[in-house]
Amino acid sequence: MKESFEVAIVGAGPAGISAACKLADHGVTPIVFERGEFPGAKNTSGGVLYGHDLERIIPDFTDRKCPVERNIVESRLWYLNKNGGYSLSYRDTVFKNNRRHNIFTIGRAKFDRWFAGQASRKGAIVVCGTVVTDLLRDKNGKVTGVRTDRVDGDIEADVVLLADGINSPLAAKTGFRPEPSPEHVALAVKEVIELPEKAIQERFNVEEQDGVTIDILGDITCGMNGVAVIYTNRKSLSLCIGANLADFSANRIKPYEMMENFKDHPMVAPLIKGGKSIEYMAHWLAEGGYDHIPELCGDGYLIAGDSAMLFNALHREGSNLAMISGAFAAETILEARQNKDFSKQSLNGYVRRLENSFILKDLKKYRRFNMFLQKHREIFTTLPEGFSFAAREMLTVDGVPKKEKQKIIWRNLRKNHSLTDLLCLCWDALRSV
Amino acid sequence: MAATIEDKLFLNRFNVDKTSHLQIIDGKVCMEDCREQPCLYICPANVYKLERNRISVNYEGCLECGSCRIGCPHLNIDWRFPTGGFGIRHKFG
Repeated sequence: MKESFEVAIVGAGPAGISAACKLADHGVTPIVFERGEFPGAKNTSGGVLYGHDLERIIPDFTDRKCPVERNIVESRLWYLNKNGGYSLSYRDTVFKNNRRHNIFTIGRAKFDRWFAGQASRKGAIVVCGTVVTDLLRDKNGKVTGVRTDRVDGDIEADVVLLADGINSPLAAKTGFRPEPSPEHVALAVKEVIELPEKAIQERFNVEEQDGVTIDILGDITCGMNGVAVIYTNRKSLSLCIGANLADFSANRIKPYEMMENFKDHPMVAPLIKGGKSIEYMAHWLAEGGYDHIPELCGDGYLIAGDSAMLFNALHREGSNLAMISGAFAAETILEARQNKDFSKQSLNGYVRRLENSFILKDLKKYRRFNMFLQKHREIFTTLPEGFSFAAREMLTVDGVPKKEKQKIIWRNLRKNHSLTDLLCLCWDALRSV
Repeated sequence: MAATIEDKLFLNRFNVDKTSHLQIIDGKVCMEDCREQPCLYICPANVYKLERNRISVNYEGCLECGSCRIGCPHLNIDWRFPTGGFGIRHKFG
C-alpha cells in the first residue's frame, strides 16, 4: 500500500463517503478507513434518508440501484399513555408522485455498502476492517496522517477528515472533540422485525413501495426524556426507542426492557403481531445541539457528521447532515489544495459553508429544544395521562353535560400542574422551536 | 412472552475477538467506591453483570455504543473498538 495520500478519511459512513465521492469527482484519490468488515457493518440509524441531500452526492441515485426500502408518503406523530394515545398524521399524494424519495427508509448495512461502492467506482480507496487508533502530528501539532491497527499501519496525509461517528474514542483521545457527558447523548436501541410485505401494506394502509413513519413521545420512555419510532421497510419494521443516557443511569432502567414494554403497547403490538425479530442494535444520538458542536476544523483536519455532533433531533435529520457536511469538507479541501495550505485558517471555509447552510441555521434555531425537554419532564411523566384523561372523558357518552366534563378535565389537569406550569410549558415550547 | 436480552443478542451476528476490547481498570473501585454501578443497567447488551465480589465483562455481546465508557461515574472502563473486522456485524443496520 502506498503510504502517503492527499486525503485520509476516518469512517465510511454518510459523511466520509460523501466527502470521498466529491473528492474523487474532482480527481483526488482519498483513502477511507472503515473499522467494520464492510461499510455499514457497524452503522445504524432510525432509518430515514432524504432524496434532496443524497442527490447532491449521487444525482441519479435511483437509477444506480440505491437500496431504498420504502418511499414515505405519510408521517405520523403519536403521544402515548399506558392504554393508548393521540395520533396525528399527514399523508399527501405529492410524496407519492411529484416529490418521490423526499423521505425514504433504508437499512444502513445495505445502504452504506452501496454508497461506499459508488465512491469506489469514482476512484476512492475504501479500506475495511481497519481501526484508526490515533492521529499523526508534527511538532507544531498539525495533523499529518493516521495510525491504524494494522501492522506498519501509519498513513501520511495532507489533510484528515474525521467522520467516525458519534462514539469516537479517537476524538476523545486526540482531544479534537471532548468526550460527551451522559446528559448530552441519548442512547437508543433498535429492533428490526420481519413481516410479509403485504402485511405491512395492509397494516399501514399503503401501496407497494410506499411507507409510513411514526415518531412517538409519551410515557413509553418511563418518564425519561426520550423518543421512539416505528418506520416501515420493505419486508420489516424498524422499532427504535431511546432516552437521555443520564436519565437511564438515574432511573436504573434497562434499555432492552423498555423496548419490550414498547412492543407490548396496545398501539404498537397489533402492528408487529406475528413478526419475527431479526436484529437488535444500539447507538447514540447527539443531544447537545448547537452549543456542543466542537471546533469543526484545525491544522490539517476537519470533523463532519455525527462526529461533529451535527444532529437535528426535532426533525430527525442526521445522516443527511452528515452527507452535506462531508460534501462541504470535500469542497473546502479542494480549495485548500489549490493553495497547498491545510492550516486551520485555510480550512475555515468549511465552517463558513456550514454556517451559511441549513445545517447550522437549523441547529441554531433549535438550540433550546433539548433544554426544553430536559426542563419539562411533565411531557414524559404526568401530561400523557392528563391529556388522555381529557380525550377519554370527552369521548365517553354518559349523560354528563359537556361543560361539566370540561370542568372535570381541567380539575384533573390542575392536580399535577399549576396554571403557571402550563403557561410556562407553552411559552418555553414556543421559544424552543 | 417478553424476549430476554439473551434472545435479542442471539439474533445478531458477531465476529468475536479473542481478547476483550473492554477492561475494568480497577475492580476495587467498582465494589468499594461505586454505589450506583450504572453499568449494570445502562448497557443495552447487559455486558456487565454483578458476580459475588466483582463485575464481570461479557464483551462478546457488546453493541459498541460506548455508553458504559461515558456513563461510568468513575471513568473506570478502558474502552476501545474491537480490532478491525471484529465485533458486531449488522445485517440490516
